[in-house]
Amino acid sequence: MEKLNVLVVDDEPGICSGINRILSKFSVGFPFMDENIGFDVEETFSGEEAIKILDNKVPDIILLDNKLPGMLGIEVLEYINKKRFETIVLMITSYASLELAVKATNQGAHDFIPKPFTPQELRSAIESVTKHIFLKRMTRKLNKEGKQIRFQFLSVLSHELKTPLNAIEGYLRIMQERQAGNDLEGYNKIIERSLLRVKGMRSLIMDLLDLTKIESGKKRREVAPVNIAEIAKISVDTMGPISIQKDVKIYLKTPAEVIFEADQEEFEIIFNNLLSNAIKYNIEGGRVDCIIDDQADKLIITIKDTGIGMDEDEMPRLFDEFVRIKNEQTKNISGSGLGLSIVKKLIRLYKGDITVESKPGEGSTFRLKFPR
Amino acid sequence: MEKNKKSILLVDDDEDYLFQTRLNIEQFGFKVITADSQSEAEKLLETLKPDLAILDLMMESDDSGFILAFKLKRKYPDVPVIIATAVTAETGMSFGVSSEEDRKWIKADLYIEKGIRADQLHKEIIKLLKI
Repeated sequence: MEKLNVLVVDDEPGICSGINRILSKFSVGFPFMDENIGFDVEETFSGEEAIKILDNKVPDIILLDNKLPGMLGIEVLEYINKKRFETIVLMITSYASLELAVKATNQGAHDFIPKPFTPQELRSAIESVTKHIFLKRMTRKLNKEGKQIRFQFLSVLSHELKTPLNAIEGYLRIMQERQAGNDLEGYNKIIERSLLRVKGMRSLIMDLLDLTKIESGKKRREVAPVNIAEIAKISVDTMGPISIQKDVKIYLKTPAEVIFEADQEEFEIIFNNLLSNAIKYNIEGGRVDCIIDDQADKLIITIKDTGIGMDEDEMPRLFDEFVRIKNEQTKNISGSGLGLSIVKKLIRLYKGDITVESKPGEGSTFRLKFPR
Repeated sequence: MEKNKKSILLVDDDEDYLFQTRLNIEQFGFKVITADSQSEAEKLLETLKPDLAILDLMMESDDSGFILAFKLKRKYPDVPVIIATAVTAETGMSFGVSSEEDRKWIKADLYIEKGIRADQLHKEIIKLLKI
């Protein structure tokens, strides 16, 4: 088991040995860690002694009492700060004045444990610090590997996955506690919302699978001459039900045959994402134009809608992962926030590019160019 | 009796969170007014003074809750404000209002994590309303 070194600085021997006893039997584990982390505890009774130990070897965590016989805890903290020792300091303090708290925080104290504390309080403080240290190490490791972006992606993803779960859990709890009475009728809205959140989560997972396939490069791409006009037509048909629901008409303007070297599935994803956006963000009774222009040196696909459009300042981040434009008009439109980022990644595979023009209230036009 | 009920302004862009939290708070015996965006809440606040406000952090923009809290406190300095968000647990970003420095720029009385149990939320509300 991996061990973190803990230094306890307190002039009360009872506290030191108490902490030692509690922590030596304690270990911290998180679902994402391979093995638990335990603790090796060293005790010292004065600030002066602590500094000697620190100069020799810096522990991972320091539990530091402020009221020490000679040098004060806060002075030890200042020393640590000055020497830029990499360690996490938890102040143990019986009467934490605001002044001391502010001073200690400024000097880099991570947290405070009020004295007297229960074993459980100590354990949870240590658990939180351990998690912090672990994540910091992970982040550093990931940084080194240039994976910081991935890490951020994962934290946003976990948020996106947890939000619907929380909503569904909340609804189930309402049902469990019969908070809306004993009549099943009263729960209609709750059930409907839960199903909707399940659906949203499923589409997020589907998008995510698309994204992972592209990113990992593991998806076997089957690039062959395909008829882009045919793929566009299938996609327009697929959108039939949602376009009827929203009373949006889709017009496809294309030569009958547009042969291009491509992976059929990838182009389906591109068309499906762009067309479904053009419908979702449209107005009732609006229209979508999908124009395929087959030129000698390039293929140009234009998808134009008469929808709500967007502001200029909303456009730059449009193709980033999990970016969704939030305003009065979009609040009832669901989406994973991954669609356009997937589209952009796919287009890159063909060395193509995508641009957007848009005006609020008038609509948006997405233009895709693929070199031949 | 209805008239004496304390009113709580609840602002969140997650329809489900709004629905569920509203149900909880109504069961504590408060009147709940909801808004699903910063802009709607700002409109409401022009004519309405709640006894307490619970604001989501990220709505139209990432700091909607802070801005709303700031505007609310400027108009009604005595109305307690709770900022509720899920940011810390998921992104590791953390901020609170327990230090003086944070309190200077975050105009909130309390900062809670979403997913806090109903009875805990009830306790915090009572504490802030001093009832």
